[in-house]
Amino acid sequence: MAQQRTAAKAAEPAQRMTGAEIIIKALLDQGVEVMFGYPGGAVLPIYDALFKQNALRHVLVRHEQAAVHSAEGYARSTGKVGVVLVTSGPGATNAVTGLTDALMDSIPVVCLTGQVPTHLIGNDAFQEADTTGITRPCTKHNYLVKDINDLARTMHEAFYVARSGRPGPVVIDLPKDIQFAEGPYEGPANVRHRTYRPQMAADPALIERAIDLIAAAKKPVFYCGGGVINSGPEASELLTQFVRQTGYPCTLTLMGLGAIPASDPLFLGMLGMHGTYQANLAMHEADVMINIGARFDDRITGRLNAFSPNSRKIHVDIDPSSINKNVPVELGIVGDCGTVLKQLIEAWKRRKAKPDGKALKEWWKKIEDWRARDCLRFNQSGDIIKPQHAIKRLYELTRDKAPFITTEVGQHQMWAAQFFGFEKPNHWMTSGGLGTMGYGLPAAIGVQMAHPDKLVVDIAGEASILMNIQELSTAVQHRLPIKIFIVNNQWMGMVRQWQELLHGGRYSESYTEALPDFVKLADAFGCVGLRATKAGELDKVIKEMIKADRPVVVDIHVDKTENCFPMIPSGAAHNEMLLGPADEAKKPVSEEGMVLV
Amino acid sequence: MTIDKTIRRHTIAVIVDNEPGILARVVGMFSGRGYNIESLTVAEVDAHQHLSRITVVTSGTEMIIEQIKNQLGRLVPVHKVADLTSEGPHVERELLLVKVAGVGDHRVECLRIADIFRARVVDSTTESFVFEVTGASEKLSAFISLMEPLGLIEVSRTGVVAIARGSAAIMKRGAGN
Repeated sequence: MAQQRTAAKAAEPAQRMTGAEIIIKALLDQGVEVMFGYPGGAVLPIYDALFKQNALRHVLVRHEQAAVHSAEGYARSTGKVGVVLVTSGPGATNAVTGLTDALMDSIPVVCLTGQVPTHLIGNDAFQEADTTGITRPCTKHNYLVKDINDLARTMHEAFYVARSGRPGPVVIDLPKDIQFAEGPYEGPANVRHRTYRPQMAADPALIERAIDLIAAAKKPVFYCGGGVINSGPEASELLTQFVRQTGYPCTLTLMGLGAIPASDPLFLGMLGMHGTYQANLAMHEADVMINIGARFDDRITGRLNAFSPNSRKIHVDIDPSSINKNVPVELGIVGDCGTVLKQLIEAWKRRKAKPDGKALKEWWKKIEDWRARDCLRFNQSGDIIKPQHAIKRLYELTRDKAPFITTEVGQHQMWAAQFFGFEKPNHWMTSGGLGTMGYGLPAAIGVQMAHPDKLVVDIAGEASILMNIQELSTAVQHRLPIKIFIVNNQWMGMVRQWQELLHGGRYSESYTEALPDFVKLADAFGCVGLRATKAGELDKVIKEMIKADRPVVVDIHVDKTENCFPMIPSGAAHNEMLLGPADEAKKPVSEEGMVLV
Repeated sequence: MTIDKTIRRHTIAVIVDNEPGILARVVGMFSGRGYNIESLTVAEVDAHQHLSRITVVTSGTEMIIEQIKNQLGRLVPVHKVADLTSEGPHVERELLLVKVAGVGDHRVECLRIADIFRARVVDSTTESFVFEVTGASEKLSAFISLMEPLGLIEVSRTGVVAIARGSAAIMKRGAGN
């Protein structure tokens, strides 16, 4: 049945080649320069075809999960599709965490998995897994190619699906006999997807209604997210332009950082569970909320029935299922963020819309009062390094280089989001939706592959980094001078923080006994190892790290008891934030809050 | 903004590419997101374009139903999602086969009820009947409960199929080539 879809009615006969050659040719025709993978029995023909050419580079990872995270890092820092190649069975199952991560954060990835030959499928063959079955819920789409005549079209379709609309991971499962079989090749120009046409431009009537709402606002707030980043750098420029045109305050989600410059006075900082006081209170008190490319995630909204109770909400999203999913909105606009922003700017100008200057002035006064609370302040004194201070100094000493930052997951991730200012999109790679510990190191490898001359730093915790530490070997092999900046407090800090807040300080299994000596470990892998244990050593170590032209592991010993604030405890509302340790005792977490994650 | 929290039953028609795994994709979306399936039918309806039609009966609040439709719509092989319940009048039908075993008076009573329901006898032995009934789901359920005391031993139902009333089609059919 599927063969019939082939749109190619080219006059000249199609080139014939083996399945493996078709795969490589299709990747090159899709503009792929680098892929991340790990060989195995079921992909040997593809590796053989890879060996016979020089145009496509391959990065050999040490674990398939890392291959996907590397591809994600590559994709997020370039806007291109990341490509993964793994074998059948364990190769595919190891990739599942990475695929889920890419799905949750809408990252375009094409993952090629080997499969046992078609006649063995279903026989419990060696290294067989039902890859399409396993990956169905953790991909945007997946394919099992059972006919060599479908292969070229499937490859091109997969790239189209991965990058179009709301991007996401696509798996192509490739039985070994298909890789050997000979078949026709057709180029991307001949392939048009049968059904999938995401809506890019918004309905013009909705744009007019949006302008009505935006112009009439007295206490407006822009709340923007990863959809703006995914739409391309131009969307970020358009957002910045529109925000400046209106003079309205703007907050960004964890996924959206960099969409408007952090240094812009209209930027309120990140919002949500560990967002700033001013951003969360502006959300709470707003009368008009303009959500562009964010999805009302539970880390953002806090308690839903107390979320921004008085605002009229506009929601722009390319995925219709994001609209009215968690929070009912007055005006849902389906479309690509960049395209819709262009439409909004055009309509704003054409209608000569003007904000309510007097109301806006009062609104800003309120916001500046909140901002004056200086919710991110911390007290660095003495020898012990505060984790916030470590990250702040890293920012101050590297900002002139516009570094690419990846992170692992936990307290250090939130501090990085709070203290690192991003002036541009695509410079911030973090696992937002899935919260995957072990993301940052492989992601940094992918970023560094795409930007060989740029500074790439993985801000890590000592627990997370051990989840994919083997990838140091990958970095060394491919001469990728990534920097691993470990904020080492010897605890799974975020787990410990929650145990302190919610479980009476019973620190069950959150202390890591027997941590490795990270300096020796770096040495063993062939990286540079550095350490700072006192505040006075910090700057020197950071400078040394920047200078090194090899992979560096920096072990920063920080205050073991520091918690991440501000914080909206689970089950609480935006105006019930905890600003610091003193607030904890006053506002115990509700029982409903405890069952939330 | 007021939110309608009433739970309603909706019949949704989904036109999909008839390709391997499509049913698993649809069913997986329902189970993965915790939505309810009351009935589901599927068969190819357009041989030229290789399209199948899935009719799914589900229930939920307005927001949930909207969400189900959007989640179905974003599956890549889905061509069209139509909420027959909210898009105007439509016809719903289901087909039922029941096996009733027994002898004597019960058999006569069975045939009388079958007659009232316009059920057809599609198999008959000296101690059993198989009846075929078509109609709305409630009618089928009524038939089952009447047959229960008369020796009903087995039931097979197709689940609901549905189509909108009027001259408009859900989408254009393939011309074939």
